[in-house]
Amino acid sequence: MQPATNTVDPAEVAKFEAMAAEWWDPNGKFKPLHMLNPCRLDYITTQIAAEFGRDLKAAQPFAGLRLLDIGCGGGLLSEPMARLGAQVVGADAAARNIPVAQLHAEQMGLEIDYRHTPAEALAEAGEQFDIVLNMEVIEHVADPQGFLTTCQTLLKPGGLMICSTLNRNPKSFMMAIVGAEWVMRWLPKGTHEWHKFITPDELYTLIRTAGLDPVDRKGMVFNPAAWRWSLSDRDLSVNYVTTSVKR
Amino acid sequence: MDNPAQGAILAGMKQDADVIIAGGGLNGPALGLALGQAGLRVTVVDAQPPRARADAGFDGRAYALAIASQRLLAAIGVWPVVADNAQALTAVKAADGRAGEGPAPFFLHFDAAELDQGPVGYMLEDRFLYRAFLAAMEAAPNLTHIGATAIVAQTPGVAGVTVTLSDGRQLSARVLVGADGRRSGVAERAGIGRTGWGYGQTALVCAIDHELPHGGIAHQFFMPSGPLAILPLPGNRCSIVWSETDANAATISALSDEDFLAVLRPRFGDFLGEIRLAGPRFSYPLNLTLANAYTAPRVALIGDAAHGVHPIAGQGLNLGLRDVAALAEVLVEATRRGEDIGAADVLDRYQGWRRFDSTALALGMDGVNRLFSNDNPLLRAGRDIGMGLVQSIPALRQRFMRQAAGLSGPLPRLLQGRAL
Repeated sequence: MQPATNTVDPAEVAKFEAMAAEWWDPNGKFKPLHMLNPCRLDYITTQIAAEFGRDLKAAQPFAGLRLLDIGCGGGLLSEPMARLGAQVVGADAAARNIPVAQLHAEQMGLEIDYRHTPAEALAEAGEQFDIVLNMEVIEHVADPQGFLTTCQTLLKPGGLMICSTLNRNPKSFMMAIVGAEWVMRWLPKGTHEWHKFITPDELYTLIRTAGLDPVDRKGMVFNPAAWRWSLSDRDLSVNYVTTSVKR
Repeated sequence: MDNPAQGAILAGMKQDADVIIAGGGLNGPALGLALGQAGLRVTVVDAQPPRARADAGFDGRAYALAIASQRLLAAIGVWPVVADNAQALTAVKAADGRAGEGPAPFFLHFDAAELDQGPVGYMLEDRFLYRAFLAAMEAAPNLTHIGATAIVAQTPGVAGVTVTLSDGRQLSARVLVGADGRRSGVAERAGIGRTGWGYGQTALVCAIDHELPHGGIAHQFFMPSGPLAILPLPGNRCSIVWSETDANAATISALSDEDFLAVLRPRFGDFLGEIRLAGPRFSYPLNLTLANAYTAPRVALIGDAAHGVHPIAGQGLNLGLRDVAALAEVLVEATRRGEDIGAADVLDRYQGWRRFDSTALALGMDGVNRLFSNDNPLLRAGRDIGMGLVQSIPALRQRFMRQAAGLSGPLPRLLQGRAL
């Protein structure tokens, strides 16, 4: 993998730097993702540690694990996973995200293999991973069943898929569309299409059909008093996250 | 990539440490030990030469440790080393007093039984605590201690911060913590302004030996010119923190030891029998100084660097250790999530947790001091009645006490005595 700075027009680098700064500004355009990130990371790290018998108190707890971050964007999940020792491939269908993510990882001293590729191409190439992160992606794809089947193909036996998305009900319409896009302007209007949201039971069915065993699901709940997201065992009414295993 | 952990190893190699702590007093080493034990790589840079303080004999300087602080010391392994030298506080009596009259009839009397959990606190001399920290730092595997060396420059960047030491060395880390006191150079270089004012008061500090046993009871008399605290040390010995107006303090400081005792005696009556000086006398001008922010890019402030408070009730160290516990927990949690521990949103979590609490306490103690450092007869009658009321309402008294013991509010794990 060539570093981004060797393959792009130097004039582009300044633009990428600005975009990287934007991706990584906790109070900027991607503030909602930054706010959600500690909660997502708590879930992801706990599930990986439990499945692979790793101690999160140890240095480099995920050393030796190969991880794919689908829809990696600026690398908000890829970087923490690399820092914890995982060998990370970050894939994004948007070409402009790749040099931006590469540049930021380089600034942070992290080595991450970022690729402009759809997940399907990685599966066709026979790539195999211990962990596939599929976070806030499935509600944007055209064929959720086909996409999850691709994720299954990408996993080694015993591998783990962590998948988060948005529930489909009147509350999620109010919170994710009206609240987040129209009122708070956390996300651009049209970021989400409510009819593409998936209920937890529908997702479990899709996951099982893809050949994976769902083993855990939790809600991710925004607490406006603490201004912070936290995990919930019971409230999966808007954002939720699941873990599945390839047996 | 042949080596699966290559990326992360590369990241680790890029910085000399995860955290650089400026300041080798008490809060800096406490934070360093807590982080080091959780697996972070820490460098403590102390402008002072460590040995000078470590070799000191008895000098009367001591801390009133809240229970939460004692739990933190236990959690980082320092408490077992100092426990034998600590004096358990079985009760704290606060009273309104005036020279020559002794305590007023209404006084607060807190005792250990009301807290339901052993002593209300501990008295511990600075020399024992500091020595224990020094030894613990020497033994800590992830901690480097650089003494007699100042930080002369700091440069925050995208991925970390670089500091330049007075010997010309440069060190880099993810975060620089300012534990460098009320005139914090870290805060100043980060462009963090300060708000504060003097009290026109000076604390006279000394230790006395006395004839009668103190029974582990601490006394705080609120005198018109400032509070007088009598804090029990092991044996028949007490530490005295006596606040006076600057003018009075200058006069008293100039007195001979015999004349000093003659002035001190009537102020706390004869309940300890004959008293005599047990060591040198110190004086410290009192002022309040609050940093306008607790964080800046790649920088966090703890202890007096964030909030230098009136040393009433010995809250300075207790407040600092609450910063230590909160910052340690935030940084360790971020590490275990794989976050960049110096990122602005991570440091914001620390500021959000601590800033309101310490500012409220700092201003609260300022208010208490202003209320009591006054000889207006109406105010005096009012506070006597007020203290009588607090005394007669157990719930209010318990609340007052739990706050003083540092047990209220959302408690960081270290203050509960739990490991990170």
